[in-house]
Amino acid sequence: MTDALIVVALLLVAGAATAAVLNRDPVRQALVLSFLGLSLALLFTFLQAPDVALSQLAVGSAVTPLMILLTVRKVRRRPGSDDGADKPAGRGR
Amino acid sequence: MSARARLWIFLVGAAGFAVLFAAACIDLPAFGTVPHPYGVRAVRAALSHHTSNVIASVNFDLRAFDTLGEETILFSAVLGTVVLLRQARDEHRKDPEPAVVHPRVRRFALLTLACALLVGLYVIAHGQISPGGGFQGGVVAATALHLLYIAADYRALERVRPLTLYEIGEAAGEAAYVITGLAAVLAGSAFLANVLPFGTLAALSSGGTVPVLNAAVGLEVTSGIVVLLARFLDQAVEIEEPGEDDGGPWDSGDSGGNGDEQRERA
Repeated sequence: MTDALIVVALLLVAGAATAAVLNRDPVRQALVLSFLGLSLALLFTFLQAPDVALSQLAVGSAVTPLMILLTVRKVRRRPGSDDGADKPAGRGR
Repeated sequence: MSARARLWIFLVGAAGFAVLFAAACIDLPAFGTVPHPYGVRAVRAALSHHTSNVIASVNFDLRAFDTLGEETILFSAVLGTVVLLRQARDEHRKDPEPAVVHPRVRRFALLTLACALLVGLYVIAHGQISPGGGFQGGVVAATALHLLYIAADYRALERVRPLTLYEIGEAAGEAAYVITGLAAVLAGSAFLANVLPFGTLAALSSGGTVPVLNAAVGLEVTSGIVVLLARFLDQAVEIEEPGEDDGGPWDSGDSGGNGDEQRERA
């Protein structure tokens, strides 16, 4: 039973990690990274390492993607960057 | 280098890694079978100090000095971020506009905020008994606070988040760890030695210095992550570069090509 769960979690991790690499848009990468953090947390839980799983869940699936999203927002607001100036305004907060 | 050559180099490297990794994994003991000598000794040491969470005992008792190093890494990283992301002389600050939030989103976010904050504080407080501890709980509590940005807006978050207090809290957490270690020296033992009475196994006060160091790390991590995210939020929401138009149009990423273009420019 545990073996099956570990295999499922490993496949999820491999899939999410590959998707994060293949994605070219940083915003989507952040979301995939969040999912990768979640699947890693699942894997660590199945491997009976709840302490590491908690760290992974908090840092990998919440704080890191949030920091990436905030950075992307700052970079895209910069004057002179192609996106931003000629796109309709008022979507973000 | 052409894309084809890069692909070949990657394939050769990946194949080599796969062979070595598989060879290494074959010799690993099966999961959860053979008791590891270090594991046996760590469990014995943790139980002799009445700490039911062996991981916390390893982190804050057996290897307390290593944890001081890890805590200092986070401390310096946050310090570096604060210095790097400060408001430069030619940048100006714009008050964020109040945002309209759907009542359902607001209710859900506030409910989640309360639950997540409680979970974070619980995980910090029970670090010496159950899985978790100062680091994990600290990150959860700090992240929970930022749900207010979703529930209301940035101004509401700034109101409940006096940043100076968190900056002091971060330094105080780091200092408390060192002072606890020095107190052990003054008590006639080694730096960071567990000199306090061990208490009853699995009680909230068990483990001697473990709950004290755990609380110090909890304070440091909670404050540190709040300060860290505050700097990022300041840059993303408030601080504007000279010549930046104040409309703040933000493309939320519907076109897949943007990432490529930005990478090319970088």
